[in-house]
Amino acid sequence: MKKELSIFDNPKNVKKLLIIFYCSLVILLISEFFIHPHPAFSFEHVKGFSAVYGFFSCVLLIFLAKILRLIVMKKENYYDK
Amino acid sequence: MTSNMLPPAIIFILGAILIPFLKGKTKSIYMLLIPVAAFYILVNIPQGNIWTYEFWGYNLILGRIDKLSMIFGYIFTIMAFLGILFALKVKDDLQHVAAIVYAGSTLGVVLAGDFLSLYFFWEVMAVSSTFLIIASRTRASREAGFRYILVHLIGGLFLLAGIVLTIQKTGTIAFDYIGLTGIESYLIFIGIALNAAAIPLHAWLPDAYPHGTPTSTVFLSAFTTKSAVYLLIRTFPGADLLIWIGAFMVFVPIFYAVLENDIRKVLAYSLLNQIGFMLVGIGIGTQLALNGAVAHAFCHILYKGLLFMAAGSVLQMTGKIKCTEIGGLYKTMPLTCLFCIVGAASISAFPLFSGFVSKSMIVTATVNEKMVFVYLILQFASAGVFHHAGIKVPFFTFFGHDSGIRAKDPSWNMTLAMGIAAFACIFIGVFPQPLYNLLPFIVDYVPYTGAHVVGQLQLLMFGALAFALLILSGYYPPEIKSINLDVDWFYRKLGRGGYIILDKGLNTLNMISEGVVMGFLKGLVFFFKNTAAKIALFVAVNIWLALGYRDKRLEIKKNRLYNDILEGTLPIGIGAAVTISFILLVFILT
Repeated sequence: MKKELSIFDNPKNVKKLLIIFYCSLVILLISEFFIHPHPAFSFEHVKGFSAVYGFFSCVLLIFLAKILRLIVMKKENYYDK
Repeated sequence: MTSNMLPPAIIFILGAILIPFLKGKTKSIYMLLIPVAAFYILVNIPQGNIWTYEFWGYNLILGRIDKLSMIFGYIFTIMAFLGILFALKVKDDLQHVAAIVYAGSTLGVVLAGDFLSLYFFWEVMAVSSTFLIIASRTRASREAGFRYILVHLIGGLFLLAGIVLTIQKTGTIAFDYIGLTGIESYLIFIGIALNAAAIPLHAWLPDAYPHGTPTSTVFLSAFTTKSAVYLLIRTFPGADLLIWIGAFMVFVPIFYAVLENDIRKVLAYSLLNQIGFMLVGIGIGTQLALNGAVAHAFCHILYKGLLFMAAGSVLQMTGKIKCTEIGGLYKTMPLTCLFCIVGAASISAFPLFSGFVSKSMIVTATVNEKMVFVYLILQFASAGVFHHAGIKVPFFTFFGHDSGIRAKDPSWNMTLAMGIAAFACIFIGVFPQPLYNLLPFIVDYVPYTGAHVVGQLQLLMFGALAFALLILSGYYPPEIKSINLDVDWFYRKLGRGGYIILDKGLNTLNMISEGVVMGFLKGLVFFFKNTAAKIALFVAVNIWLALGYRDKRLEIKKNRLYNDILEGTLPIGIGAAVTISFILLVFILT
């Protein structure tokens, strides 16, 4: 029997992963200053536009999904009744 | 050279007939050889119209070979191979036969250069795929399969009515660009859009696909919708309506995907979202946009197949597929987990994965056409895709809370199929040029620019940040055992009334199209029905003879059967029924 993986059982490893993740976000923001910009529309001249847009898209997505859930969610046997 | 080669569709469909008679290794090798043979033929045929046959005064074209049909032919054959490999150890002939007939009929649709063979393969596709849904042999899957075939028969009738009116108008059965111009073009459009699961004609997909078996859903995810995408590119490029349907489709399903508990339902909703991207591309209709739609369909078939294979492996090995019941599977299913992450990264359009090099063509096309609003919706959806398909699917399946399940990676053939698909996703992402060379128009597009890579990574990674913060803060909507209502509610919950309306509607439509058909193409319909009637008579008479019927009694029985079939309300589809009866036989016997 092979040993099973369990690296994420250790909270330290999860923490390390999160730190790497946060660092990569910072690097992404900084790197925008070193590349040749190629904005699609005028509002993309703003540095970090994609980052802000991506973040708030997902927050809005979850917020609206929670509202949608109030309307459409039914018990699993809804159609069998 | 082509005279001694069969059309790929025929190779698949005829090839399927032998499957129930073979056993063990011979059967496995034989099934894998079917797509290999079809692929060999596709590679070696010249461009132009080939496999043309004179039929009842019409010219059937079973092989319209150009760059557009070829790239779809390639990817469908490749996906058929991967699907067969993935399902190789399934001990159920019904699934094998249905899947291979299904793949073959899809190739028939893609290569058809005339309406009649198109419609024939279209109906075979609908019926054979239904058997893949009911192959789970549960009550829920039978009911879902029934709703699925009803919806598709209605769609088929719209298509048929449009086809008949078009033939009557133009006098030819050949088709190419149609465009939204008259009533007949809208009828055809509705018929195709239903198969593409275009909103609001989409509910059949998330309703039916999650009921398939662990292996059959892989086939389902690839063929029906993408063959409709192909037809839309062929017949309705540049139709503005598609931009808005597509924009709606990339947007709405992601909310459902966030809420759904069943992983395969999450994938079904993300499938709708991905088709939305393709429809936007078709609607824009520029060379870049159409190339993008084709490339995205190509990549999508691979990574969506991969994701459904990963989900199928989990279902196969654990018997469970709901977020609330699984989790922590990375510990004992590391390979499946890895392949799932590759599929997730591809659908999220991460740089160096396949989605990046195809989706960005469509997004860039919206920029070139100065469509700010559509652009912003697509970017919103891109972040949303990463959120629900890129993070949610792997996270809740393989990480998240530990469910205590200790299932192993699946058998070698399933792992290998996932491995090949994962390799292809990365290969295309790193070396897009071979894919670009296959596209219908010359590609003048560079996906890897500094600004594009950094912009896309910012969009995705900060979306991931939102996911991380919401999960850690507990605001993320918890997984709940539940279902979420979609528009199928209208035909599922309006109860008897709904069924009666549907029934009446179906019959009326049937009668209308029957009237139209009878009026304009009497001879043709007669031929189809006559053939079916003669085949039925041939079988029946032999049985009656064996049972001892003679002379007058036999004559009465013969006349009754013949008239029943001729006066039946079935449209041309009865021709397809003859083909399908074989699958039915396997279904009854297994």
